[in-house]
Amino acid sequence: MESTLRIACSRSSLQQVRDFVRSYLSSRQLPDITVNQVVLAIDEVVANFIIHANGENESQFLDLQLTLDKHDLNVEIADYGDTIFLPAPHQSPDLRDYIRQGRKGGMGMALVNRLMDRVEFFTRGNHTVCHLSKHLA
Amino acid sequence: MKVTAQPSADTLTLLLDGELDASSAIVLDTELAKPDILEYRKVLIDCAKLSYISSAGLGVFISHLQRFQDANVKLVFFNMQEKVFNVFEILGLDALMTIVPSATEAEAA
Repeated sequence: MESTLRIACSRSSLQQVRDFVRSYLSSRQLPDITVNQVVLAIDEVVANFIIHANGENESQFLDLQLTLDKHDLNVEIADYGDTIFLPAPHQSPDLRDYIRQGRKGGMGMALVNRLMDRVEFFTRGNHTVCHLSKHLA
Repeated sequence: MKVTAQPSADTLTLLLDGELDASSAIVLDTELAKPDILEYRKVLIDCAKLSYISSAGLGVFISHLQRFQDANVKLVFFNMQEKVFNVFEILGLDALMTIVPSATEAEAA
């Protein structure tokens, strides 16, 4: 079962992304926590593409593709912006330090890496693609 | 995302309703950044109707926590849904923030 969605690079598209993922997973009777974890991981990557790779330029767009094969979920998020966006290698954030510094950002990719079984960013032509996968028991 | 403020004596309760993400986090940030919030002894966050939180939402709380601690304002979360608590837990924030089950415990914290 495969489903696709194209969104504009605007923060307001994030609700649409979450609704799309929830709707896609709704037929599987998965625990609330599992669905929320997948929704969150996708939301974080999409938000990164929208804000950091595309500077919230609404004329740019992203394509999402979800594929569930038995219990294995595969997610592809393709960015069509002009910038190659490859996040820095994952490091665990020092949250006590973040609190001291009053930092707002820097936790999104740490969450994604903890929520999904596999997280990969790669280039396809001049574009960046993120592939996420998770075994849904 | 809707934030409703309920002041009473030395406590301010903020009721969060909806999904807290990179788009809506600004609403909460504006509320927590108000200078007069530091006049309260406690700020209680009622999460009963908070159905989703992303790192942008967590970031808003993290960015104000030190300011609250410096002013001796206690920040307490209560009525948190399991799936929302799970997000705090994954990052280890449940150990750094005060999260209690109910309003009664939040008032006593």
